[in-house]
Amino acid sequence: MTETSVHWRVTSKKNNGATMEQLRTIGRELAMGSQGGWGQSKEFLDLVKSIGEARSKAEEDRIITRELEHLKRRLADPDVPRRRMKELLLRLVYAEMLGHDASFGHIHAVKMTHDESLPLKRTGYLAVALFLDERHDLVILVVNTIQKDLRSDNYLVVCAALTAACRLIGEEAIPAVLPQVVELLAHPKEAVRKKAVMALHRFYQRSPSSVSHLVSNFRKRLCDNDPGVMGATLCPLYDLILEDPNAYKDLVVSFVNILKQVAERRLPTSYDYHQMPAPFIQIKLLKILAVLGSGDKQASGHMYTVLGDIFRKGDTASNIGNAILYECICCISSIFPNPKMLDAAAETTSKFLKSDSHNLKYMGIDALGRLIKINPDIAEEHQLAVIDCLEDPDDTLKRKTFELLYKMTKSTNVEVIVDRMIEYMINITDHHYKTEIASRCVELAEQFAPSNQWFIQTMNKVFEHAGDLVNIRVAHNLMRLIAEGFGEEDEGADSQLRSSAVDSYLRIVGEPKLPSSFLQIICWVLGEYGTADGKYSASYIIGKLYDVAEAHPTDDTVRAYAISAILKIFAFEIALGRKIDMLPECQSLVDELSASHSTDLQQRAYELQALLGLDKQAVESVMPSDASCEDIEIDRNLSFLNGYVQQAFEKGAAPYIPESERSGVVSVGNYRAQDHQETSAHALRFEAYELPKPSLPLAASQASISMPTTDLVPVPEPSYYKEDHPMSRSQTSSDSLSGEFGLKLRLDGVQKKWGRPAYSSSSTPSSSTSNQQATNGGASSEVGGSISSQARESSYGSKKQQSTEVSAEKQRLAASLFGKADRKAQAAARKTSKESPSTEKVSAAKATPQPAKEQVTPSAPPPDLLDLGEPVSSNPPLADPFTQLEGLLGPSSASPVVSETPASSSSKTPDLMSIFSDDVQTGATSNSTEPSLGVNVVAAKKGPSLQDALQKDAAARQVGVTPTGNNPILFKDLLG
Amino acid sequence: MIQAVMVMSTQGKPRLLKFYSYQPPEKHQDLVRGVFQLLSARPDNVSNFVKVDAIFGPGTKLVYKHLATLYFVFVFDSSENELAVLDLVQVFVETLDRCFKNVCELDIVFNFNKLHTILDEMILGGQVIETSSEQIMRSVEEIARLEKQSNTTSLIPKSISERFSR
Repeated sequence: MTETSVHWRVTSKKNNGATMEQLRTIGRELAMGSQGGWGQSKEFLDLVKSIGEARSKAEEDRIITRELEHLKRRLADPDVPRRRMKELLLRLVYAEMLGHDASFGHIHAVKMTHDESLPLKRTGYLAVALFLDERHDLVILVVNTIQKDLRSDNYLVVCAALTAACRLIGEEAIPAVLPQVVELLAHPKEAVRKKAVMALHRFYQRSPSSVSHLVSNFRKRLCDNDPGVMGATLCPLYDLILEDPNAYKDLVVSFVNILKQVAERRLPTSYDYHQMPAPFIQIKLLKILAVLGSGDKQASGHMYTVLGDIFRKGDTASNIGNAILYECICCISSIFPNPKMLDAAAETTSKFLKSDSHNLKYMGIDALGRLIKINPDIAEEHQLAVIDCLEDPDDTLKRKTFELLYKMTKSTNVEVIVDRMIEYMINITDHHYKTEIASRCVELAEQFAPSNQWFIQTMNKVFEHAGDLVNIRVAHNLMRLIAEGFGEEDEGADSQLRSSAVDSYLRIVGEPKLPSSFLQIICWVLGEYGTADGKYSASYIIGKLYDVAEAHPTDDTVRAYAISAILKIFAFEIALGRKIDMLPECQSLVDELSASHSTDLQQRAYELQALLGLDKQAVESVMPSDASCEDIEIDRNLSFLNGYVQQAFEKGAAPYIPESERSGVVSVGNYRAQDHQETSAHALRFEAYELPKPSLPLAASQASISMPTTDLVPVPEPSYYKEDHPMSRSQTSSDSLSGEFGLKLRLDGVQKKWGRPAYSSSSTPSSSTSNQQATNGGASSEVGGSISSQARESSYGSKKQQSTEVSAEKQRLAASLFGKADRKAQAAARKTSKESPSTEKVSAAKATPQPAKEQVTPSAPPPDLLDLGEPVSSNPPLADPFTQLEGLLGPSSASPVVSETPASSSSKTPDLMSIFSDDVQTGATSNSTEPSLGVNVVAAKKGPSLQDALQKDAAARQVGVTPTGNNPILFKDLLG
Repeated sequence: MIQAVMVMSTQGKPRLLKFYSYQPPEKHQDLVRGVFQLLSARPDNVSNFVKVDAIFGPGTKLVYKHLATLYFVFVFDSSENELAVLDLVQVFVETLDRCFKNVCELDIVFNFNKLHTILDEMILGGQVIETSSEQIMRSVEEIARLEKQSNTTSLIPKSISERFSR
């Protein structure tokens, strides 16, 4: 015997006496049954052992390669017994699981599915399902077998075929097996029916059109005798309902009834899991109801009673009980809101949040995120719990909390939230999440920024730490923002903003390892506004820009930005009539770039040199100062070239023939043209492809302004779209250019997310609230806040200790996140002040400096964190319909509702009802006499051993599945 | 929908891989590595849920259970409830425990086909079909019994049996 059986003996020795022998047989039967013993597995054991002992990946690879060679030989050998074949195939599966190519054996797996013997067939199907997928070429060879096996008398063969069908049948093969699968929906074995339902569901997922006519089968199966089949049917129904809820509204009552019966434990006890009645079915039903009741007041009305029941019976001690409660919360937050239900949901959510389990806290945060969509006030109560989660070492919880904060961000708390996000972002290495959180920061900042200063600082931080991860569009937005300013009427503020940006960039620019996109912004801003306020000299800025270009010899985009910025500085200086000299190192840079491999850099360098040779007038028109926001008019007809064209005609040039007319049409009128055409027709044609469009107008426009650059052949670079073409600002030359490249800073027509109109209304209240915090918040309301929240917390008793420990810092964070604490505190302070007139005066006195500011804040109540309509006022009107519903669905009238359903939902429901009531009866008398479940009888026969097994099981579960004392040694030997 | 079930050792060796949504075979090892790196970096006493949209695509999450020397990992999308999947892992482990009596890593290494059988009874095409470990055990036992019955012919070399079947 092998070591495995030794291991079995070892474990079974623990059970003494007469049961030992029995257990051993069962153990062997259970563990080895399907293999027919492990007598032949010495080789496999050795393989596993040697892999476990391998010291390096290379050694492991060598071992497996050797094994694969061996398997290849053996599989091809016709004299191998078929039972050995099975093991060889399993070893092949094992090798492939470890990441080695075993494709040579795939055909053997396919062959094995043809085998008559059940174990071999099943192994074949297993291997095929693991090796192949629907797109594989060999699948075509399996389809036939599946088709045959679906008709088999042996239900296990049918099951194996259905399992394989789920994995392997692709869109084209569906028609081949569909009739059989549909037939199997009525199979006497419930296991087969269940799998047939799933296979049909799978087909629906693959290709909805090919099974759409069979969708009604799912409805039929909902009334299956077996609750397991009914439960399985919920999966496809859920998918169908997600797609088109309206088509299934008629089932709402049925679903509610099923849920009710399940929750009332009317299913056989064999469906219980950890003392909960069929929890997975309940969860699926709740998911379905959530979809069906969404925005449907009438449908939701049916659900309230049963949801309330589930809440009442909710078991918060077990994991699965909490899973159901969480699903209930999801359902309530999705269906038409009902205040009573929302209260119950909020209460459960707070239980989750207060739990010590990280899993429950996670669910609590998620549930809170759903509930605040309906009632933003709920968040306030849990502010401290939320902050705890934010500071938790568990990354999952932290990220979930950030998600929640992201949902509840508004202009009053954006600063705190985004600061927190950035702080977290800096410290993580996970690129994927870094990208996500960076883009969220940008999004929030763009949407809610309280001030431009803050926005620019925030963006700087984002770019500094995650610049390469954010979309380049964000960088362009930032540049545009700085260029545009925040409104035409306040030029002073704009220039102040720009000079502060320049200041901060000059500080940062020397730092190593700045991301490319951030450097582009810096260069652009320095070039555009570096010298605008006269604080810095041109040569200083040029020096800095030169440093940037020098420090990034491989980044062409940054260098292009830098050289263009230098060009701008020179242009502005020349336009101002100042004479500035080219620094020698700068000259060498320009020389270097003129010889660059990148034609774009070359062009920029030449342009710079050309510009230096121009006089003041020309420079001013070529490079007007601060004109990045000017609209550029595009003259598509190139009318400014008319003179030039006329001149050329006079000299006898051929007229331009549009490309579309060029072939075939020969203009006889012009001999020269004809001549030209002929030559081009007879000679080799070098222009096999269409001319690149921009080159023609480009060349023309360059020519027109008779600059030294004319003798250059400007080649449009694909990288242009990223960059700001410096020449595009000159009115004369740019017209054609901007058509192609002008997209850079074309600001009109871009959705204006940012700018004065968007935030001007919110900026006032935000500043006033911050003032409040600054003036009296620090003194009175902060203290009041802590007192009131402590008072509130202490009422929960359990939380008391924690609340006393809550640091002042957390309180402050909470206040800034959830704002409301302030108001509540004030309210509380006022309440107490009523009792003691002296404090009232104090508070009144404190209140007096406020009114002016409070008047500034418009009628909207400032402390509302979440812009979701009128949350508080929306509740009272809702109360009325609910009381109406209460009347309809109250406990007194519950029975009529139930008895009413058969009539309303066709003939299916009575069937269903009777089934469940039957189940209850049989379930109550004795479980084993259940007629439909033949398997139960088997279990009853095995009575004593099963009980033993259960006992041992329970003992084992106490220890978890930790290997017993003897096992670890074995482990060490085998697996290192 | 459940996208994948993985069992791997605490050293990152895959012990069972089952994908319910298509993943190219050459990517499997990367997925295992990605998940392992993620899990091995997590301290004890934190939640059992991790977002894995970086590995398995947008909206995917995983639930894991660390037992003895093994990680049990279920990857799923937004249509499942995290806590419920955690219990599904529990059902799976309980069933294994029933099946192998004090399951240990070795059982899983040698009987991975049995694990597949159990999983096929629990999850089909990414949907949960059975959550009672008793019921699963019953099906698995019955399969074993019937397989044994039809096992008698399997000692004949395949060259002979093939001749017979012709």
